[in-house]
Amino acid sequence: MLAGVLLLIFLPPLVAKDLCKDSQDGFKVRLSIKTGLGDDAYEWNESEMFLFRSTLAYAMRKHSNQDTYTIDNILVCNDTQRVSFVFVVTSTDDPDQLIPKEQVELAVRQNKHRINNAFLLSDMTLEFMGIPPTLSAPIIYDTEPWLIVFGVVIGAVAVGIVALLMSTVSKKRRAKEKAAGLSEEDEGIVKENGTALSSLGRKEGVYNQAFSNDDRFTKL
Amino acid sequence: MDTASIASSAQERPKWDNKVQYLLTCIGFAVGLGNVWRFPYLCQIYGGGAFLIPYLIALVFEGLPLLYLELAIGQSLRKGSIGVWHSISPLLGGVGVASMIISLLVGLFYNTILAWVLWYFFHSFQEPLPWSVCPINENRTGYVQECVDSTPVNYFWYRQTLNITPDIEESGTLQWWLVVCLASAWSIVYICFIRGIETIGKAVYVTATFPYLVLTIFLVRALTLPGATDGLRYLFTPDWTLLMDPQVWLDAATQIFFSLSLAFGGLIAFSSYNPKKNDCERDTLVVGLINSATSLYASIPIFAILGFKATSNFNSCINSNILDLTNAFDIGETNITMENYESWLTYLNTTDPDKVSGLNLKHCELQNFLDQSASGTGLAFIVFTEAVIEMPGSQVWAVLFFIMLFSLGLSSMFGNLEGVLTPLLDLHLVPKWMPKELFTGLICVMNFLVALIFTLGSGNYWLEIFNSYVGSIPLLVIAFCEIIGVVCFYGMNRFSDDIESMTGRRPNLFWRVCWMGISPIMLLVVLVAYVVVQVQKHPTYPAWNPKYEKFPESEVKPYSSWVFAICVLLSTVPVLSIPIVAVYRLIRRQTRQQTGSSLPNPYDNQAFSTESFKTL
Repeated sequence: MLAGVLLLIFLPPLVAKDLCKDSQDGFKVRLSIKTGLGDDAYEWNESEMFLFRSTLAYAMRKHSNQDTYTIDNILVCNDTQRVSFVFVVTSTDDPDQLIPKEQVELAVRQNKHRINNAFLLSDMTLEFMGIPPTLSAPIIYDTEPWLIVFGVVIGAVAVGIVALLMSTVSKKRRAKEKAAGLSEEDEGIVKENGTALSSLGRKEGVYNQAFSNDDRFTKL
Repeated sequence: MDTASIASSAQERPKWDNKVQYLLTCIGFAVGLGNVWRFPYLCQIYGGGAFLIPYLIALVFEGLPLLYLELAIGQSLRKGSIGVWHSISPLLGGVGVASMIISLLVGLFYNTILAWVLWYFFHSFQEPLPWSVCPINENRTGYVQECVDSTPVNYFWYRQTLNITPDIEESGTLQWWLVVCLASAWSIVYICFIRGIETIGKAVYVTATFPYLVLTIFLVRALTLPGATDGLRYLFTPDWTLLMDPQVWLDAATQIFFSLSLAFGGLIAFSSYNPKKNDCERDTLVVGLINSATSLYASIPIFAILGFKATSNFNSCINSNILDLTNAFDIGETNITMENYESWLTYLNTTDPDKVSGLNLKHCELQNFLDQSASGTGLAFIVFTEAVIEMPGSQVWAVLFFIMLFSLGLSSMFGNLEGVLTPLLDLHLVPKWMPKELFTGLICVMNFLVALIFTLGSGNYWLEIFNSYVGSIPLLVIAFCEIIGVVCFYGMNRFSDDIESMTGRRPNLFWRVCWMGISPIMLLVVLVAYVVVQVQKHPTYPAWNPKYEKFPESEVKPYSSWVFAICVLLSTVPVLSIPIVAVYRLIRRQTRQQTGSSLPNPYDNQAFSTESFKTL
């Protein structure tokens, strides 16, 4: 009787270990706490393991929509110094039956970011061997940033070119006006000493009365 | 001032606002991308400090005399390259034509490199930098295969920038983003070049000085990076045995020659706008020495950063090995460090050698990473961009680096375009009604349209062809003809008189000995050696082929015959103008002597003719 009771007490853990060690449905988990957190790294102990098992139970609950998963459904073995171990998930109905690998994988993938956050780690530092991390969606911009920079540069250059061309055109126009203005003044007035006579604006010139037309036929 | 003198002042030769503009323009033309990405590479592969010896010898005996020659003849004859050589001797007019053609061809591909720099500059404002991560493939299961096989930096350069085809025969299509960048590059060049030296002179205040500022900033930053001293030690450790190799001397001579941008006609054009009484000997020394000093100055931050990159790569290599070991043997996380890696490895190898060898650990050696040198576009767009990712504040460094490259290249472009514009203006080939702005605009538009071939999928291969075949042998030939032309056709005495009238003293013995003896001989030897080396090398090119079995190594492919024919044409057609023009003038001279002189008879007084004598 006593032997039977003892067997009953010790069998589950032994069986559990067998379930975990030999199973094909287990996943190896690896945590790199010191790499991920540096100085803020926490010690890996039984409590952390407890947290891990409970988050996995949570993941299974969410995935299967059954509230029956408990921490006893998550079995862990092969605990190493690395902080790596193997876990398996037992079915809620039958403790000897394991949940198939694919189901567990789906559950983990769906809730990976919650599991990561529970441990303050990332996909790189909390690895489930065999479950590839879902890549984040590529950022889709409305306008690519490089087009914006290009627009700024080409806008500035275009403004500069237009400004330079306008300044050339206005310079030429001013030079043409000056040349035209000067040439008008040239035609009208016979320049003698310059300033005094140019204001007269007479075309024929100045009549010099010292030389009069009466004496055209000089007496020889 | 009446209308007549206004017209004549418009025809007056433009001139520099002040001496500083002229010097900055010449320095900007000489100091280009090659100072940053070619000289440090040569220094590294040719035994560091030892390379400086052939380099300085080439500078003193080949570079400076040729530079002085070009600046002096431009200043005294006051014309662009075609006019100058025609004045020296009509038989040599072809030298100027050849210079002009070379300037045109080099300007085409050089600005395409600037377009690539602009593309990287536009992308440097993104977080994270686009060349630091691989893009995700279409069904979001992983990264793009081509990127995973090579590196994100390589992928960004070859696929997202160039979209390169695996073969030069496959042209691919025009890559619209490169066309856009090329258009921006040509617009920026146009705005600086719009009025010739008037606007260039203002632009060089920025483009010629900015690179020095950036190099200094990089110097300060680079020297504080870990691994910088390894890089610098590697660069400057002299290996004197390499001086026995003639290839080193050849490369030193060609480097100084191309670095000073001789034989393009640009320097002649710039100095033709100088006042007549200008000390061009001092200008020569200033430009030549600053150019070489810049090369040395630039190699320090470049190599410090490359040393940093080698150290980072070495560290990641060791760390990935450590991770593999830690994971395989389930050892505690930080138990294996860089310091005790070796002892752990030996311990694990003794306890479980099979498992260790099964891990395929990478062989990490710092020397291997330091040996991964690159020059040219490989340095700027692959090696340096990879280094920038590791530096904190990557965007800032990337932006600074690409602006620096752009201003270095832009100031060299000015020289190329002036080498084209000035001869055309001097030959009065510009119609009178066309304003200068329109003419420079036309030049830029036509260059842009022809340069579209470099935006095709195979554009990079064509650019390498242009770079190797146009920018090398023809320049050496032109330079040789230049020096022979001045020494033999113009005469050393006449040239010395010109220099005396410009600088106030005759050129001293050193210059005369160089011009008449050392430099032509050196040039001839370099030219012959270069041709011999080129002929011996089978013309091949490295192609980026993702389907190659040894990808990401480049597949070395030979040029097909029509491509090789184009290479030969590119080397020979520009210099063909020299003999063609010479022969043409000789024939003209012969025919003129036969039919009598067409020159007017100075004794022919047309007021007194024999007919009027008869009527009396």
